[in-house]
Amino acid sequence: MRVMVMVKATKDSEAGIMPSAELISAMGKFNEDLAQAGILLDGDGLKPSSQGKRVAFDGPNRTVIDGPFAETRELVAGFWLWEVKDMAEALEWVRRCPNPMPGPSEIEIRPFYEAADFGEALTPEAAEQEERIRQKIRAR
Amino acid sequence: MAETETHRTIEAIFRIERARLIASLARMVRDIGLAEELAQDALVTALAEWPEAGIPQKPGAWLITTAKRRAIDMFRRNRMLARKHAEIARDPDNLSHSGTEDIEAALDDDLGDELLGLIFTACHPLLPREQRIALTLRLIGGLTTEEIARAFLSNEPAIAQRIVRAKKTLGKAGLNFEVPRAKERDQRLASVLEVVYLIFNEGYAATAGKDLTRPALCAEAQRLGRILAGLMAEEPEVLGLLALMEIQASRLAARTAPDGSPILITEQNRARWDHLMIRRGLAALQRAEELGGARGAYALQAALAACHARARRPEDTDWRKIAGLYDTLRVVMPSPVVELNRAVAHSMAFGPEAGLALLDALPDAGALRHYAPLPAARGDFLFRSGRLAEARIQFELAATLTRNEREKDLLLARASTCGG
Repeated sequence: MRVMVMVKATKDSEAGIMPSAELISAMGKFNEDLAQAGILLDGDGLKPSSQGKRVAFDGPNRTVIDGPFAETRELVAGFWLWEVKDMAEALEWVRRCPNPMPGPSEIEIRPFYEAADFGEALTPEAAEQEERIRQKIRAR
Repeated sequence: MAETETHRTIEAIFRIERARLIASLARMVRDIGLAEELAQDALVTALAEWPEAGIPQKPGAWLITTAKRRAIDMFRRNRMLARKHAEIARDPDNLSHSGTEDIEAALDDDLGDELLGLIFTACHPLLPREQRIALTLRLIGGLTTEEIARAFLSNEPAIAQRIVRAKKTLGKAGLNFEVPRAKERDQRLASVLEVVYLIFNEGYAATAGKDLTRPALCAEAQRLGRILAGLMAEEPEVLGLLALMEIQASRLAARTAPDGSPILITEQNRARWDHLMIRRGLAALQRAEELGGARGAYALQAALAACHARARRPEDTDWRKIAGLYDTLRVVMPSPVVELNRAVAHSMAFGPEAGLALLDALPDAGALRHYAPLPAARGDFLFRSGRLAEARIQFELAATLTRNEREKDLLLARASTCGG
């Protein structure tokens, strides 16, 4: 299964304080372990939310909201994509991660939806859409 | 932590550590079966102690220390193995003053090498192919015999038998579980890569269906490929194979219709390709080429797959490049199927007459006598050249050769468009 592993923001990360050399080296080692275990697909760090924007939707209306955003603990400061056998394996790897922040911090693991999760329910429409796209491709 | 949760955690730890644990023990006791037993014993000890004492800070080091101590105890008790005992006593990796910290430091240096040694051993050319595959999935992949049996549409006793035989053969051969060097390394590496790609193809060849175990084989092969790429970052063909698997796997969701029928690459919904896998595949291919491996058989096949992956729309496909890659591949990896695919590529790049000329000059046409794609391709070239009557005969011939009902209908439909 594929999971997204999100490093949550802290006051420090939101302030744009860069990690120490020790942390960078510990993270480098951890990333190497992930790669050598064959589970690391992707990952990166995100700049503070002060450099981000949100778009609020309400019916036909779109409103742009400039960062920074208030609820620091709910923001994402970085992420990985891992391919693991199950949630227990993902959890065990997260336990081995060095604390990604100077102070207390949190990491959240979220599994991706997979085709099997949609089951039979979506199959007819999906089939129809698929067929439409194929026709279009053939017609070109 | 609730007890079941602790057990789940221990099992996850064990899954993560198992292959390295067995690798390390195998090199010490020179016996895969015994190494597996010692690893299992360490797990049983962990299951007994950890729920009470808590999970150690470095669970991997704890498991290895425990298992190695047990191995030494066993050797001490067993006078029949006095010689091996002496070998271990001389081992510089002596455990008498073993703080886990020392072991941890030693582990980091050796573990990769030990794991690689185990992979090379499990894929030893001494073993028949099916045994290599089963043993690799069991030891490195950590699949149970039941899972392997399900994946290969076989039964559990048959797979168990394969693994037992493989261990016996390896035991008799008196191997040292080292990573082979120099000339032997190339030959042995080819066997490792072959095993990984066979596992991948076993999963890839299976079209849809309810049983998700087979796509899981692709995932397992990709994981093995990534592990190998981590351990042998300078081997271009390792990266070539990884690139090939990642790019092919990017199409897993798009290559079958909901009813299970296969969809041609030119007709697939490219929005459903896994672009993360494509990006990873292209990056691995680029590294393989930078390392001078562009002419490797796997890198060439990856480069072919990459031509399709790079095209946003089917009509953007660089068929001239594909034709050129097949010109090289037929030299590196000669096979009648490569020749046929080369003819198809040339027909797309330079017109149907070019394809026909190559088919007429096919060096080993006899080998493809009963191969439906050959008359199907010839029919297509003839059709595109406006030679409809000849095309019809070829499509009908192909229809009699294919065992796939859907494909047969398609071929007969094409035959009927040729008029009559």
